[in-house]
Amino acid sequence: MSSARHRFPYAIVTPLLLAACSGAQSAFTPGSPQSQALRSLFWLMTIVCGVIWLLVMLSLILAIWRRGPAALAGSPQERRATMVVGTCVMATVAVIAALTVVSYAATRRMAEAGAEEPLTIRVRASQWWWEVEYPDTIASHGFITANEIHVPVGRPVRVELEAADVIHSFWVPGIAGKLDTIPGRTNTLTFTARHIGVYRGQCAEFCGLQHAHMALLLVVQDPRGFARWEDVQRTQAVTPSDTEQMRGREVLVSRQCAACHTVRGTMASGRLGPDLTHIGGRAFLAAGLLPVTRGSLAAWVADPQTLKPGNNMPLVPLSPDDLRAVSAYLAALR
Amino acid sequence: MSGALEQDTRDTALPPERLACELARVWRTPPGLLGFIGTVDHKRIAHRYIATAFVFLALGGVLALAMRLQLARPEARLIGPDRYNQIFTMHGATMMFLFAVPVMEAMAVYLVPLMVGTRNIAFPRLNAFSYWIYLAGGILLWAAFAIDMGPDVGWFAYVPLSGPNYGSGKRADIWAQMITFTELAALAVAVEIVVTVLKQRAPGMSLDRIPLFVWSMLVTAFAVIGALPAIMVASTSLILDRLVGTHFYNPSEGGDVLLWQHLFWFFGHPEVYIIFLPAVGMVSTIITTFARRPVFGYLALVLSAISTGVLAFGLWVHHMFATGLPRLGESFFTASSMAIAIPNGVQIFCWLATLALGRPVLRVPMLFVLAFFFTFIIGGMTGVMVASVPLDTQVHDTYFVVAHFHYVLIGGSVFPLIGAVYYWFPKITGRMMSEYVGRWVAGLLFAGFNLTFFPMHILGLIGMPRRVYTYPASLSWGGLNLFVSMSAVVLALGFLLFFVDALRSMRGGAVAGSDPWGAPTLEWATPSPPPSYNFAYIPVVNGLYPLWDDATGVNVATGLRVDRRELIVSSVTEARPEARESSPRNSVWPFWTAIATSVVLIWSIFSPWAVVWGSVPIGIALIGWFWPKATPEDLA
Repeated sequence: MSSARHRFPYAIVTPLLLAACSGAQSAFTPGSPQSQALRSLFWLMTIVCGVIWLLVMLSLILAIWRRGPAALAGSPQERRATMVVGTCVMATVAVIAALTVVSYAATRRMAEAGAEEPLTIRVRASQWWWEVEYPDTIASHGFITANEIHVPVGRPVRVELEAADVIHSFWVPGIAGKLDTIPGRTNTLTFTARHIGVYRGQCAEFCGLQHAHMALLLVVQDPRGFARWEDVQRTQAVTPSDTEQMRGREVLVSRQCAACHTVRGTMASGRLGPDLTHIGGRAFLAAGLLPVTRGSLAAWVADPQTLKPGNNMPLVPLSPDDLRAVSAYLAALR
Repeated sequence: MSGALEQDTRDTALPPERLACELARVWRTPPGLLGFIGTVDHKRIAHRYIATAFVFLALGGVLALAMRLQLARPEARLIGPDRYNQIFTMHGATMMFLFAVPVMEAMAVYLVPLMVGTRNIAFPRLNAFSYWIYLAGGILLWAAFAIDMGPDVGWFAYVPLSGPNYGSGKRADIWAQMITFTELAALAVAVEIVVTVLKQRAPGMSLDRIPLFVWSMLVTAFAVIGALPAIMVASTSLILDRLVGTHFYNPSEGGDVLLWQHLFWFFGHPEVYIIFLPAVGMVSTIITTFARRPVFGYLALVLSAISTGVLAFGLWVHHMFATGLPRLGESFFTASSMAIAIPNGVQIFCWLATLALGRPVLRVPMLFVLAFFFTFIIGGMTGVMVASVPLDTQVHDTYFVVAHFHYVLIGGSVFPLIGAVYYWFPKITGRMMSEYVGRWVAGLLFAGFNLTFFPMHILGLIGMPRRVYTYPASLSWGGLNLFVSMSAVVLALGFLLFFVDALRSMRGGAVAGSDPWGAPTLEWATPSPPPSYNFAYIPVVNGLYPLWDDATGVNVATGLRVDRRELIVSSVTEARPEARESSPRNSVWPFWTAIATSVVLIWSIFSPWAVVWGSVPIGIALIGWFWPKATPEDLA
């Protein structure tokens, strides 16, 4: 993967993105104590089960290899076999009981919350994207974004999961196990990220046509970087700096775009689609489908149904000039 | 043949040749179309059932290859998301509902009456009805798929995705109604098996002398009776939500979306054991025959099967560990899911002991048993891993789970089933399958299977979720996926070779004789293929292995009438003969009833009035079915 595919606005994150690319969505590259505990549990169970499997295979080979007459019922061999089988059953019970206890212990360890006040994030899953809300006690400090979650390293995070339509599942393997988003319920996932980096996640519960294209990024930043990011997200959309962008805003507000999308600071205030106030600053558009560039924004607006068949964004016919203008404006919304 | 027999002629009154003649006349299926649709011979119905189920296996396999073709490279555009979602739904639904459960029940429909030494299954007309209903359900599903109306909501059809607001067209209704068809068929067979095993066993076959395959099928049948009503309730209420606007699963009207998952998995988990337990019986049977000695730990094996059947009902929540249930509940289901490893362990140790104490002969059926050991135990181990809530939150709904359940279902059930086909093929057709080709089949299936499914464990752990029609190139899943897709071809070749061998051997195989393997159970005490009446005289059993216990021949019971279809009803525990019971004759009414039922079920996808008007033809057909005709069977 080339760095060009990730035009990320924060200089500090770009090298980390590269570093995280190889295992961006893997359970083997843990970035939190929670997923670290899961990885240890996995290896422990794999080793125990692997050894047992080898022993059974070994006895199977021995059993087939053995030559000689069949041992009759009641023979000494059969009595010995009874002892051996009995011991094996006891051992199975012991191993199973031990693994159960280990599993309970892992659950318990993962639930231990830090003393610090957690950062609360609300994630609302829709077909086929993620709305991410950072609520704040001061209403004007809260903000909404999409498909990208930023968290400060070392601080406990509490993600409240909701579903707008069908069941989805929130899963960022490098950070925590998955948890479903269920209509009519709120599920809560807590974790503390320990390593700065970018972790990819993806919807894990089948949710319809574009289940395959419902990714999100979880960006773990140092606290200062996170605070800067928050400050940017709280602001309203930037004012266009040239006439083309001006025209882009005009098109966005006057055409169907505004019915579904919000660009804070403009008349566009729809809630059906992702908030676009800072779309130009996000790494990907359409839930992980394409890296955000002016070109990909233009391609997406021009024909969303070919790029992501069945998604809920209709094709809005725009003149070439309008399309250019809209993409210029969107790319500038950092 | 000379003249009609007087009423109440007994088998003792006739010389053996004449007896065979008369029995063949009374139990015969007439040639022609009416004979074909009217037969109630359990063996003929089982033939159809088995053949149909294997056709669905082939169809489901083709779908699997289509998926592997699409997933072989990242961002492929061979199959669009809409078709892909139909394909994986059809693959799961076909394999579970149209192949795995029916084929196991079909094997039982063929074998159980022979193994317990009776002349026909209990409720033979219900048996005929069950097949036609199953066939209609399968045709409904595949016809819908052919016209692009195939269900696209997964074989589990979670609401609200399958509900009225998100499941477009009639696709989810077709899925739900296909469930009704197949479950109706499965329930009918389950009832027949329970009654056949409990009331029609040969005199002397007390509970501790029942062959292990029959025990497995008895437990399976009870599991079917316990589990299937849950899914019928679920699918019916889904149809009601979709068709008449009830709100069982609508949270904004007080319904609950997780209710669906509870109902579905209360069926769905026992379903796994409904598929697996018959395979356990097959493994026990094959091991006993080829180890050339009585099975080690008969009682332990029976109790394991029963406890597996019971525990199977206490595990369903482990399919829902990612839904965010309270921790105490999750812990309970972790413990119960772990605990089911214990009876399975007992079985494996008993089989190993049998092999170790015997003198195993490695014929083709045994090769499949060895493949079963290798793969099923891996599936069992990953089963222990996914039983752990924390670990499951990481691997749930990823390719790790896809690998896990294919190891359990193919390794645990399909390998023993193919072994069982090689084992019982000579009984069913009178001819042997090829030992040479069989070794190739076993090798290809074993290698193809493991090469296809083992890498999926890794794919899941490096983040690949299930049910995605494509994946980005940037995630480096491409290499493994290509490897998996190529291995799938090897697996497919194995199945192809198996089908070729079976079809060729049906006509050209070596003639088998009544007991080619030197096996101990009653089905081998009658010619291959068995005559329509199964046994000229009902055998009397003195032990667990009647054909090994008495080299001079099996004792028989006499005194049954030969001028009508008659069999022995015996007591539940001791199998003491209690009565001579008439067995129903051929009838075309089950066929017409099945047609009428199918019309109602399909029509009701489109209009609730189908239930009202459609009940009339069903009523007429049932009156025809049960109308007293003053024939001998009504006089019993």
